[in-house]
Amino acid sequence: MARRLFSSPLTLIGLFIVLMIIVLTIFAPWISPKDPLEVNLGQKLLPPSSEHWFGTDEVGRDIFSRIIYGTRISLKIGLLVVVIAFPVGTVLGAIAGFVGGVVDQIIMRITDIFLSFPGIILAMSIAAALGPSIENVLLALAITWWPWYTRIVRSSVLSIKNAEFVESARVIGANPIRVLFKEIIPNSIAPASIQASLDLGFVILAAAGLSFIGLGAQPPSPEWGAMLSSSREILRDAWWAATFPGLAILVTVLGFNLLGDGLRDLLDPKNR
Amino acid sequence: MDALRYIIKRLLLMFPILFGITVLTFFISNTIPGDPARLAAGPHADAKVIEELRETMGLNKPLYVQYGTYMNNLVHGDFGFSNFSHQPVIEDIKAYFPATLELTLFSMFITILIGIPFGVISANKKDKIADQFTRVMSLMGVAMPAFWLGILLLLFFYLQLGILPGSGRLDTGLSPPVTITGMYTLDALLSGNWTVFQSAIIHLILPAITQAAVTIGMITRMTRSSMLEVLKSDYVRTAYAKGGTDTRVLYGHALRNGMMPILTLLGMTFGHSLGGSVLVESVFSWPGLGKYAVNAITYLDFPAVMAVTMLIAILFITVNLIIDILYQVIDPRLNYD
Repeated sequence: MARRLFSSPLTLIGLFIVLMIIVLTIFAPWISPKDPLEVNLGQKLLPPSSEHWFGTDEVGRDIFSRIIYGTRISLKIGLLVVVIAFPVGTVLGAIAGFVGGVVDQIIMRITDIFLSFPGIILAMSIAAALGPSIENVLLALAITWWPWYTRIVRSSVLSIKNAEFVESARVIGANPIRVLFKEIIPNSIAPASIQASLDLGFVILAAAGLSFIGLGAQPPSPEWGAMLSSSREILRDAWWAATFPGLAILVTVLGFNLLGDGLRDLLDPKNR
Repeated sequence: MDALRYIIKRLLLMFPILFGITVLTFFISNTIPGDPARLAAGPHADAKVIEELRETMGLNKPLYVQYGTYMNNLVHGDFGFSNFSHQPVIEDIKAYFPATLELTLFSMFITILIGIPFGVISANKKDKIADQFTRVMSLMGVAMPAFWLGILLLLFFYLQLGILPGSGRLDTGLSPPVTITGMYTLDALLSGNWTVFQSAIIHLILPAITQAAVTIGMITRMTRSSMLEVLKSDYVRTAYAKGGTDTRVLYGHALRNGMMPILTLLGMTFGHSLGGSVLVESVFSWPGLGKYAVNAITYLDFPAVMAVTMLIAILFITVNLIIDILYQVIDPRLNYD
C-alpha cells in the first residue's frame, strides 16, 4: 500500500511539503533566525539578502522568520477547523443515512441551506458577527465546513446500511446506537477522511483570505493573509513583502492537495 | 410537458431553501452577536442611543416576532440602513451589484475560453507533456490564493510595466456611460461610446484574470475527466474512422456529449467567483459588492454585510437552478424525476 502511495512523484512532493510544514511548526523558535515580532526601524524595507533571506517589512521585521512562525497559525487553524467540523458532520451524516425518513430529510435540508452560500461568504458573515479575531474565524470556518462531511458520510452509510455485517449485528440484538457507532461509522468514514485531508489546505486558504480582508489574525500577528494585506501599503517599495507570504500559502495548500489526491487515488477502487 | 412540470417543481422547491437562507441570515445577524443593537449602532454609539435602537429594532420582543418583522422588511425590499453610506442598504446594492456581475461574467468568459480547450487538449494528449503541463497548472490554480495573484499582477503590469490600470472601472476623467444595465462595457457598447468601452475592458483585464485563475483549474480538470470518459466511446471511434479531423471529432462530437458535468461545475464556479469577489475586488479597488462588504466589515456596518451575504446566496442558488433546468432540457435521456 505504501509503495503504491509513493509511486506517484506528485504525492511524494505533497508528503515532503507537509512534513516540512510540520517540522517548521514544531521547531519554529530554533529555525527562524530572528524574533518574528521584533521591530527594527533602522532595518526597514530591506530587500532579500544573506542576512534577511526574504527581506524586511515596513517596520524592519524579518519576513523569513515571520513566515516560519506563520506555519504555526495556519496549521493550527487548518487542523482545528477539521477537528471540529469532521466529527459533527460525520455523526449527522451517519444518523441521516442510518435512521432515514423525517430525520434524514431534516438534516439534509439543513445542509442544503448551508451549502447554498458560497463558503467564504457564509464564513465572512459569521466571523463579522462574532467580531474580528483568529478564534472567531476558526469557529466561522467550522460552522461553514461540516455539511460537506455530512453529505459524503450519508452517501457512504446508505451504501453499507444493508450489508451483511450490519444485518448480523442487528440480528444478534445490538442496540441501534451501538450498531451506528461500532459498525456503520467506522466502515463509512474513509471517503470523508480523505476529503478532510484535502480540506486542510482549503481551510488554510480560506482563513488566509479572511485575514486578508481584516477578519482573522490582527497585526502584528505573523499570519500569512494578514501579512499580505499589509504588504499592499508598501507594494511600490518592497515586492518581497507581498511575494513570500503568498508563496508560503500556495506551497502549503499545494502540499495538502497533492497528498490528499494521492490518498484518494489509493483508496478509490477504480484505481486498483 | 414533463419538462414544464420539472421546472415548476424545481421552482417550488426553491421556496424552502429561500426560507432557510433567511432563517440562517436572521440567526447570524440577531443571535450570534452579543448585542445586535450595539453592532447596528456602530462602534462610536453611546449607551442611550443603543437602548433606543434596541427598542426601535424590536430586540425586546420574542424571537419569532423579530423574525416576522425581518421577513416582512425583506419582502418589501428593506435590507436595513447602512451606517456607513447613510442610505438604505438596497440603494447601495443597486449601485454596487452591476460591477460585481460584470466582473464575474467576464471572468467566467475567460474561464470557459481557456479552461475547456485546455481540458480537451489534456484529455486528447493524456499523459503527454501537454497533459502534464495542464495538470500542474490546474493544481497550482486551485491552490493559489487569488488575492495574492492579484497583488503580483498589480506589481508587474501596473507598477513595473505601467501598461494596465491598477484600480477602478474607468480611467480618471472619463465619465461612466449612460446607465442601462450598470455594466460599463455593455452600456458603452449599447450607447456606442467607444472610448469608454475600451477603458472599461482594459480595467477588467487584471481583476478578471485573477478571478478566473482558480476557476480555470477547476474547469480544466473537470473537462479532462469528462472527455476521457467520452473519448472511449464507440461513436468517437466511428467518427475518427469516417475520417473526421481531430478538431471536428473532439469539439463537434465528444465535447458536446461531455458537456453535462462541465455545465454543472460552471454553476459551482459561478458561486466560487461570487465568493472570491470579496477578495479580488479588495485588491483592485473594484467598486462591487465584495469591496462594499469588506468596507462594511471595516466600519462594522452589519446590515450591509448581511444583505450582501443573502443576495449572493440567492444569486448562487438561482444560477444553479437555471443550470439544472438547462441540463434537463439539453439532455432528453434524463428522467425528470
